[in-house]
Amino acid sequence: MFTIQLNNRTVSVREGMTILDAAKQEGIKIPTLCFLEGYSPLGACRVCVTEVEGMRALAAACSTPLVPDMKIQTNSPRVRRARKSVVELLLSEHEGDCKYCTRADDCELKSLANELGIEVQRYEGERTLASTDVSTAALVRDSGKCIKCRRCVTACNQLQGVGALFPQYRGFATSVGPAFRSDLDSVVCVQCGQCSAVCPVGAITEKSHIKEVLAALEDPESHVVVQTAPAIRAALGECFGLPAGTLVTGRMTAALRRIGFDSVFDTNFTADLTIMEEGSELLTRLKAALVEGKPAALPQFSSCSPGWISFTENYFPQFIPNLSSCKSPQQMFGALAKTYYAAKKNIDPEKMVVVSVMPCTAKKFEAARPEMRSSGYQDVDYVLTTRELGKLIQLQGIDFVNLPDEEMDVPMGLSSGAADIFANTGGVMEAALRTVYEVTTGRDLPMEGLHVTPIAGLEGIKEASLVLTDTADPWKFLEGVEVKVAVAHGLGNAAKLLRDIQEGKRSYHFVEIMTCPGGCIGGGGQPRFTTNEVREKRIAAIYAEDDGKPIRKSHDNPAIKEIYAEFLGEPLGQKSHHLLHTHYVNKKEPAEAV
Amino acid sequence: MSSTLYTPTEHQDLLMNIIESLKEQKGALIPILQSAQDSLGYLSEETLKTISRELSIPYSEVTGVVSFYSYFTTVPRGEFVVRVCLGTACYVRGGKEVLEELKKLLDIQVGDTTPDRLFSLEVGRCFGACGLAPVVLVNDDIHQRVKPTELAAILAQYRVQHSEKEAAEGASA
Repeated sequence: MFTIQLNNRTVSVREGMTILDAAKQEGIKIPTLCFLEGYSPLGACRVCVTEVEGMRALAAACSTPLVPDMKIQTNSPRVRRARKSVVELLLSEHEGDCKYCTRADDCELKSLANELGIEVQRYEGERTLASTDVSTAALVRDSGKCIKCRRCVTACNQLQGVGALFPQYRGFATSVGPAFRSDLDSVVCVQCGQCSAVCPVGAITEKSHIKEVLAALEDPESHVVVQTAPAIRAALGECFGLPAGTLVTGRMTAALRRIGFDSVFDTNFTADLTIMEEGSELLTRLKAALVEGKPAALPQFSSCSPGWISFTENYFPQFIPNLSSCKSPQQMFGALAKTYYAAKKNIDPEKMVVVSVMPCTAKKFEAARPEMRSSGYQDVDYVLTTRELGKLIQLQGIDFVNLPDEEMDVPMGLSSGAADIFANTGGVMEAALRTVYEVTTGRDLPMEGLHVTPIAGLEGIKEASLVLTDTADPWKFLEGVEVKVAVAHGLGNAAKLLRDIQEGKRSYHFVEIMTCPGGCIGGGGQPRFTTNEVREKRIAAIYAEDDGKPIRKSHDNPAIKEIYAEFLGEPLGQKSHHLLHTHYVNKKEPAEAV
Repeated sequence: MSSTLYTPTEHQDLLMNIIESLKEQKGALIPILQSAQDSLGYLSEETLKTISRELSIPYSEVTGVVSFYSYFTTVPRGEFVVRVCLGTACYVRGGKEVLEELKKLLDIQVGDTTPDRLFSLEVGRCFGACGLAPVVLVNDDIHQRVKPTELAAILAQYRVQHSEKEAAEGASA
C-alpha cells in the first residue's frame, strides 16, 4: 500500500495497480476504447490519457503503473483537449453512416464523441477503405467502420487462441482482420463471435436473419416454430434496459407469441434429451473400457458448443473420437421438430420453418453445416442471436417490459432445471452427473441442492470427482469407480486442458467445454457489454431458474419419457442415431505435401 | 539474395532447416522470415503457412508481421533487384528520370519482376549515399551518378553475368 495524489486528493492504492485501476477505485471515470477487462492493456487508442506531474508526454491510464507519490490529473484541460483530438481523428477516418448503423443505440465511439463534447467535424481527411466481408455464415465485417482498437484481436488471440484476426499492413493502411486483408473464410475462424461482442462500433456484427424470419412469419403457408436456448432468458431483458440477471422466461414466451410464431418451444427440451443420449454414450464408453477391455475414447467431450467443435476439427483432430456424437440441443430440436412434432401435429415438414434464438453466432454456422439435414430438410432454418431477438421485438412494436408471463407450448416446451443450467459453464456436466449418478446408483446426486460447486463459477479450468458406490444392476461394473470430470470455458483454456490431457498430466472420464467465457450466458450473440460482473449475474439467474423448477433432472422430464415411448424408442437407438447424433470432420490443413 | 529455383522438395527441406535452426530462440518469427526470404527469394503463401504451423503462430499474425515490414516480399523477385533511390538528393538530381527509363527498358512497373525473373524494380527512400546521387542499387552493387542513357549498359552487364553463371553451372553439372 502507498499513496498517490489523484485529482489533488490523497488516495491509498496497492502495488501493481494502474492509473485506470486507481480511478475506478475512486469512482472517477476515464474513457477507454482499446482496453479490455482481464487482459494486458495495449495502450493503442490513447483515449484514456492522463497528465502525470513530471512526465512530458500524457500517460495512458490503462497501461501506466502507479508509483508512490505520483500526482495525476485525469480531467485537466490538456487531458480533455488530447482526448477530444484523439476521438476527432478516429471519427475523421471512420467510414460509416451512423443513421443506418446497427450499433446506432450502443456505439461506444458515438457515445464517447458525445461525452467529450464533439459537435463539429474539425478534421476532414482520408477515410478508411470500406469493404464488407460476408464470407462466413455467422459474421459480417465492415472494415470502413473499424477504428483499429484491436479488442477483437485480443478476444480472438488471447481469449480463444484462434488468431483469425490480427493487424495487417501498417500506418493508415492498417487493416484489422485475416491474413493480407482476405475474407474470414480464408483462415481458421470458429465463428464464436467474441470479436463481435467486444467491438465498440459496428465493424463486426452477426449476419442477421431478421428479414428471413419476418418473411417466414408473413407467409400464411408456413408453420413457424421457435426454440429459445437456455441462456436467452437470463439476458434478453438487458436489451430493454432491465438489469443484468433479470429472468424474463415468461415475458420472452409472451413476446414470441405476439411476434407470431406458431409454436413457442424451448431448446431446454432437447438439452434434457442431450443428457439422456450423452449420458448413455458415456456409460457405454465406460463399459467398453472397464468391462469389455475394448479401446474407448475417453475422456468423452461434450459437443453442444459449435465453436468448440470447429476448434477441435481444425486444431485438435486427434480428439475427434473423444467428442460425443450427440448433436447440439439446437440441432436435435430442429431434427425432431420436422419429424416427431410435424407428424404429431400433421404439419407438412416442407412448410415448417424452424427458427432458433441463440446466445451464439456460431449456431448460424452450425445450422448451415451439411451434416445437419437429417429430417430431410435443413433442420434449423434460421438462427437469431439474443440481440437480434431484442431487435425483432422492437420492430414488432411490443412493449417487452410490461408483458405478462406466459408458458411455453407442449410438448417441446417442457424441461427440467438440469436443462436450464446448460446456459453456463459447468452446467452441462452438473446436469449429466445428476442423471448418471441416479441411473447407476438409484440415488440422488449426494450434493446440496444437486449442485456440483467445484465445477461452477468463472475459474477457467475446473475439476471434480465422484466415487460411485452401492451401484445398481446393470451398473455393478462401476462399483467403487472414481468418476473424474473437468470443465473448461474459453477456447484458450480448452487448448490448455487438451495439451495437459495429451501429455498425460491430467486424466478424466468426461469433460465439458464451452467456447465462450462463462459459457453460453457469455456467448458472442448476447447483449453488449458482457463483463465478468454481468456473467455472474446471468449465471445466478440461471441457477435460480433451476432451483425453482419442480423437476430438476433430465430423466424425470415427462415429455422426454413420452418422446422415447412414442417415437425414439431408447437412448442410442436406431432413430436416435439417425436424428440426434452426428459425425465430425478433420479440417486441419495437412502439412505441405512433399 | 538468391534467385535459384528450387524443386518443391528442396524448397521445403531448406525451409524446414531454417525453421529448425532458429525456432528455439526467443522472437524466432522475424529471423526465420528474413532467413527464408534470403534463401528462397520471397515468402510464398506455402512458406508462410509452414512457418505458421511449425511455430504455432496464427497465420494472420505471421502475415501481419510480413505486411508490416516493407523488407518482406510475398511475390517472387528477380535474380537482380534494381532499387532506384528517390530520396531528396537523388530525386532532385534526376532519380525520377532514371526510374522512368528503367520502367521503359524493363517494361515493368515498380514492385514487379520481368517475366524471365531476371530483374525486379523497386524504389528506396535514401540509401545514405547522397553525395553519389542519383544512386541505383542492383543487389549489393552501388551505381553512382547514374544517367538514364547509361542504364541499358548497366542492365546488359547483369544479363552477361547471368549467362556466364548459367554456363558455369551447366559445365559443372
